[in-house]
Amino acid sequence: MPGMGGRMSTVIKAKINKLLDRAEDPSETLEYSYQKQMELLQNVKKGIADVVTSKKRLQLQQQKLEQQVVKLDTQARQALASGREDLARTALERKQFAQTELQTLDQQVAELEQQQQGLIDKEQKLRSKLEQFRTKKEVIKAQYSAAEAQVKISEAANGVGEQMADLGLAIQRAEDKTETMRARASAVEELEAAGTFDDLTQLGGGEDDIDRQLRELTSGAQVDDELAKMKAELGSGGGDSPALEEGDKEGSA
Amino acid sequence: MIVRISGEGQYRLPDGDADRLNELDNRAVSAVEDGDETGFKELWSQMLELVASDGNGLDDDELLESDVILPPRDISFEEAKGEFSGDGLIPD
Repeated sequence: MPGMGGRMSTVIKAKINKLLDRAEDPSETLEYSYQKQMELLQNVKKGIADVVTSKKRLQLQQQKLEQQVVKLDTQARQALASGREDLARTALERKQFAQTELQTLDQQVAELEQQQQGLIDKEQKLRSKLEQFRTKKEVIKAQYSAAEAQVKISEAANGVGEQMADLGLAIQRAEDKTETMRARASAVEELEAAGTFDDLTQLGGGEDDIDRQLRELTSGAQVDDELAKMKAELGSGGGDSPALEEGDKEGSA
Repeated sequence: MIVRISGEGQYRLPDGDADRLNELDNRAVSAVEDGDETGFKELWSQMLELVASDGNGLDDDELLESDVILPPRDISFEEAKGEFSGDGLIPD
């Protein structure tokens, strides 16, 4: 089996060649490898910094959305207490949407944390391989004839090169994923800017584009369930429903 | 036989596993060509399992080139379309 088919292998092969090709003498490869290592280290640091930035941004959104969920729930209760079931429904739809977003965010934050740790581990592993290469080179030189040593060092250099190339790919992949999450974060921010989470009781009735989109995104059955539950609570709860600033006027019948 | 799982590390497998891996690889290519995501996922996890059960991780002081480089463990079906095509990861 000659091995090395597939695109992944080809990509890594090409990268190894780029990393190692220039040095005719494998001993020089070490110096070259170290230079490349330093470059890669910068990339790793940048990659990790990017991941941390994205994570912070997502965490900020988590907090905001958590607040929105509470707020929308309150709004739904207020609306229902004022006899505006339509508004209550809209608020609950938005709440459900926010909750779904929250779940996704939780997953993504966890994923980013893993990515961060993974990159740190890989970088340490590569460092250790490079150290091994440095030591091994001297041992090989001492034990073998010049020609044999050349071959053995070259083999070892390829091994290190593969490790480096693979780390390079891992960084690239991490950056691609982070990019996707950034795009998603922007989308949520746009929804926010469009007023998706604004105070519904201030808006009055009427259905806008956002509501129509939300209706498609959320499960009607779940909203129905929650609405029914809320009605039951308000009905049986008597006068002790909290936060009925507006509803109080009409009294909680 | 040295196998790398991209993003993870290298493993040494008995040479006898080459045929089994090759067979799974070829079937994975067919699954991808047929657009059979479930089939592909199943075969892919079998390939990973083979490496996990028969492979020993290389020590840090073993500096060797891999005979086969497998894509990252969490490869998506979309990504797989680029990897598992033609002869697959392992040329026949």
